[in-house]
Amino acid sequence: MSIYLNKDSKIIVQGMTGGMGSKHTTLMVQAGSNIVGGVNARKAGTSVELAGKDLPVFGNVAEAMKETGADVSVVFVPPAFTKDACIEAIDAGIGLLVVITEGVPVQDTAEVWAYLDGKSTRMIGPNCPGIITPGESLAGITPHTIAGTGPVGLVSKSGTLTYQMMYELRDFGFSTAIGIGGDPIVGTTHIDALAAFEADPDTKAIVMIGEIGGDAEERAAAYIKDNVTKPVVGYVAGFTAPEGKTMGHAGAIVSGSSGTAQAKKEALEAVGVKVGKTPSETAQLMRDILQSM
Amino acid sequence: MEFQAKELFAKHDVPGAPGIVATTPAEARAAAEKLGVCVVKAQVKAGGRGKAGGVKLAKTPDEAEEHATAILGMEIKGLTVHRVLIAPAASILEEYYFSFLLDRANRQYLCIASIEGGVEIEEVAKTNPDAVKQIPINAGTGVDEAKAREIVAEAGFPEVLVEQAVTLVLNLWKVFVEEDATLVEVNPLARLEGDTLEALDGKVSLDENAEFRHEDHAQFEDKDAADPLEAKAKAKGLNYVKLDGAVGIIGNGAGLVMSTLDVVAYAGEAHGGVKPANFLDIGGGANAQVMADGLDVILNDAQVKSVFVNVFGGITACDEVANGIKGALEILGAEATKPLVVRLDGNNVEEGRRILDELNHPLVTQVDTMDGAADKAAELANA
Repeated sequence: MSIYLNKDSKIIVQGMTGGMGSKHTTLMVQAGSNIVGGVNARKAGTSVELAGKDLPVFGNVAEAMKETGADVSVVFVPPAFTKDACIEAIDAGIGLLVVITEGVPVQDTAEVWAYLDGKSTRMIGPNCPGIITPGESLAGITPHTIAGTGPVGLVSKSGTLTYQMMYELRDFGFSTAIGIGGDPIVGTTHIDALAAFEADPDTKAIVMIGEIGGDAEERAAAYIKDNVTKPVVGYVAGFTAPEGKTMGHAGAIVSGSSGTAQAKKEALEAVGVKVGKTPSETAQLMRDILQSM
Repeated sequence: MEFQAKELFAKHDVPGAPGIVATTPAEARAAAEKLGVCVVKAQVKAGGRGKAGGVKLAKTPDEAEEHATAILGMEIKGLTVHRVLIAPAASILEEYYFSFLLDRANRQYLCIASIEGGVEIEEVAKTNPDAVKQIPINAGTGVDEAKAREIVAEAGFPEVLVEQAVTLVLNLWKVFVEEDATLVEVNPLARLEGDTLEALDGKVSLDENAEFRHEDHAQFEDKDAADPLEAKAKAKGLNYVKLDGAVGIIGNGAGLVMSTLDVVAYAGEAHGGVKPANFLDIGGGANAQVMADGLDVILNDAQVKSVFVNVFGGITACDEVANGIKGALEILGAEATKPLVVRLDGNNVEEGRRILDELNHPLVTQVDTMDGAADKAAELANA
């Protein structure tokens, strides 16, 4: 078991024929993902061979879904075209939409989010590494070689911290690791992932990684208090970030006294979540929990 | 800055005299001669300009020149004033507050409006929160005339101003949407003698991710205020933020770099309290040139005593990063003078470490763990 993505997921890639798209489609195939095709209106009817697999290119998402039965789409198109790509996939009724693209204008994401209301699609991202269920499927850019399957569920705003944490806990392994993205507005939140991990019988404990900016971690803490019975260990990056400066991720900014790492850490600790000072200390906290299980 | 916000207001027909920008006292005098009684206002990207003495009323050109002399060069919240805005003085009957902003938590937009006080809005929010109206805006449907009327009614604008207010709200919405803003604020929005509404001061925050569709936004960048190292890094396309410490940081991925700063600060507690000198994310493509550009910026920071290169090879392979470091040291040659602590992990780590071992460069120390490497870098910075 896992959340959102498993061995039966059939994946298409929007932007598969581009540089990023073809590189990562190759890696996804190598990770064992069932990639069934790609979308590019200008190359419809052609096919591309990636990692030894002949992948058909369709004119649009609806056609790709009809021909292949795809239920997941991974988006690699440039920021200027991301909104339209998302709306096309949502209109086609895709189940899971994973938006890797970095640099999407926040008003475009806000519009897509409003458009999702009442629709059946779950969006992850934008500006995220995507989702991996080790040993089964990868929809995104997380290296599949870091860690195998196991009892830990991981949800993180950051890509490289996801990789770092998977590496630290590679001897235990992961049910699913999901990078929700560092933009001010994202489709799937910490809370969504926490709820899914709580309901997933194969996830025994959860690592939640946050960073400065917004109040997603504080809201997650409130959610954990009332809804999560599995042990949760937290980590927050950005204690030393100065006020008013964007730290790499568009959403990572401390405004006045809000969005600080300290406030997030305190909110999590107040509901019984152990918070590590460093990634390795966080991994150790999780290790202690898993060993006592 | 205010004068820039007002340019955007004028572009979208939001009423309010834009005023005249002056960079010298003589220019301020000339502007005052044109405008009559006026206000001399410091132009910096910071609030609290009035309280800091950066906003003064001038009844005559002499006074305008005098105030400009005092205000130009003044520091407000650490920012030097290079420009003043000379704005015509207005007879204000009432002050209001109005803004559109991105509401991250609810993933939509929010309009905040209050007819009880403009510049003291934060005080009003504390003492009389009911007077500050918050109206959610759906990002799909936005603000049409009906929504603008709803906002104006909710805010409770006086009857005589309603039609003007509706037009103003629609035009401010155009500023917000058409300029890709994350904040459009008018404070104060003033009711002037004769019952006209004017934006007396304003602030606009623009989304950097949307720059590709707004070529004209580049002019709003505050080049004077930018740190010279930040300006240099930006010119090279690097994601760099200058901090105050002695340990230079290079890493890949925003989250990992933020985490690296924290880990260095903790490690520094045992080494005389040394702190990180900067944030620098070189992203996925850690080739020799990017690494050399990054090192070049960091080594030119006089405060830096040691450098910590922290890379987790995800997509990026560690051997590429190691070759990047090797190439960067060759490019920099004798300019590389400070010790480098390198921690590589992840994809192709053995080959990466082997390349650096073989290089055997006197400035490079390899440490296997992030915590251990942070400790070493802090120790070297404190030596």
